[in-house]
Amino acid sequence: MNRFLSVTMGVAWRSAHNAFTNPAFLLPSLMFPLFFLAAFAGGLSAIGNVPSFDYEPGYTAFQYVFVFIQSAAFGGVFQGFAIARDFENGFAQRLMLAAPARGGIIAGYAVAALLRWLLTAAVVTVAALIGGMDVPGQGVDLFGLLALGLLTNVIAILWACGIAMRLRTEQAGSLIQMPVFLILFLAPVYVPVDLLSGWVHAVAKVNPATPVLEAGRSLVAGAPDRVALALAILAAAILVMGVWARTGLRSAERAGG
Amino acid sequence: MATQAATEPAPLGLSVGDPGLVEQVYALGRRAFFRVLRQPGQIIFPLVFPMLLFAVNSAGLDAATRIPGFPADDYRDFALAVPFMQGALFTAINAGTDLARDIETGFLNRLRLTPMKALALLAGQVGGVIIISVIQALSYLLVAAAIGVEFESGPAGVPVLLALSILISFAFAGIGAFLALKFGSGEAVQGFFPLLFVLVFLSSSSLPRDLIQTDWFRTVATYNPVSYLIEGIRSLVIFGWDAEALALGFGTAGAIAVVAYTAASAALRRRVGRG
Repeated sequence: MNRFLSVTMGVAWRSAHNAFTNPAFLLPSLMFPLFFLAAFAGGLSAIGNVPSFDYEPGYTAFQYVFVFIQSAAFGGVFQGFAIARDFENGFAQRLMLAAPARGGIIAGYAVAALLRWLLTAAVVTVAALIGGMDVPGQGVDLFGLLALGLLTNVIAILWACGIAMRLRTEQAGSLIQMPVFLILFLAPVYVPVDLLSGWVHAVAKVNPATPVLEAGRSLVAGAPDRVALALAILAAAILVMGVWARTGLRSAERAGG
Repeated sequence: MATQAATEPAPLGLSVGDPGLVEQVYALGRRAFFRVLRQPGQIIFPLVFPMLLFAVNSAGLDAATRIPGFPADDYRDFALAVPFMQGALFTAINAGTDLARDIETGFLNRLRLTPMKALALLAGQVGGVIIISVIQALSYLLVAAAIGVEFESGPAGVPVLLALSILISFAFAGIGAFLALKFGSGEAVQGFFPLLFVLVFLSSSSLPRDLIQTDWFRTVATYNPVSYLIEGIRSLVIFGWDAEALALGFGTAGAIAVVAYTAASAALRRRVGRG
């Protein structure tokens, strides 16, 4: 088997096994999106009645897209915590000594993050449908939404890899999650961007997460809009974050693993 | 006599002999206060994070003021209560984590060799963190003043708000202390943070209860004590002097404190008993 692929599969299997068999790791990544869906779609549903709020599928679908994308990003963040833990307890250093193709380490962690998120995405989607979400979008549209989530997940894990491999301590956790949290919450979370006010409106207008959320919402509504822009932004971010993660790996190599 | 004095424990700078309860509380409170000060994460995060969420949510949810029946013209007035509640959560986690660390490092066991009273341990540990929570609350008030939030209750409402905020922090610090004494692990205490955070979200923190349309959410928010804590603080900002909201706010905070400290005292007795 290709050396890169064997490392990727080995790291992915171990990381996924850890994530799926330890409730302390699995539950937060499942519970947080569900909780946000319940709190936002349930508690704030009256926002859907605000004049000028014109998202046809309704407020549950509006929030579902945010939670879907957010869970994709946090799937990468949670995997980043695991990478930091691997460095802190010395596993990652031993792994780097043994791996014949170290790039496979990043790929393996990314595959594990993707597997984690796919489970979360399925649970969130089922919960939203049980909660009465209306989905006018058809198969191709929903595949597009899935693609947006997948790419977001890859960006987040590459970001988290870069931080975790540079700092190599669990204390990197807040540095991994805070920028992701900020970018997501400075996008149109509760209402469309035109209904935002003040400085958040100005920030949301230039926030790259905004087109991603808007594209996702348009896909669920069955009226695709700005999807190409969203995909281009995500593809560019993957390139940048790919370099960030690879140089992070080099930093860990220079530090002796 | 000299030998006896030499072997007498004199922990934490207490005078040799039999220090009173106040001295013991002061010594431990001072230690807890400076311990928090030495950990920037325990200061900065509780100051910045609630204000950040406040800023983001105020702008993001400002459209909610257009819902018929919404009780404020500016969402910032409505949302100001939430940072105080979030600050109390950080107080709970900080108090619990620090106490758990004392258990994990054996500090609590060493204290058992001293004349330190159990009550002093609890009061001192919590007292130090409460001082930090006062600083937090004052900083939230300063930000509120800076952005032009006006108190319908007038200047007299500010100290009442501060008093309620301190009582809430005191109550939640008791929860943190209980968790620490029950589980003896900082990781376990931190694991409860999401659960406490959920309590804030599943309350009337974002919308008034009568405007929550989803039935199950409104029911949860009605039974959630956090709703009454938030509504007590909020009433001073947007309604003026609402006796019912204040009574429910102070009463709920007091009840949580009684339950939390009773449970914490029992857990402390059990932990000290088994060493």
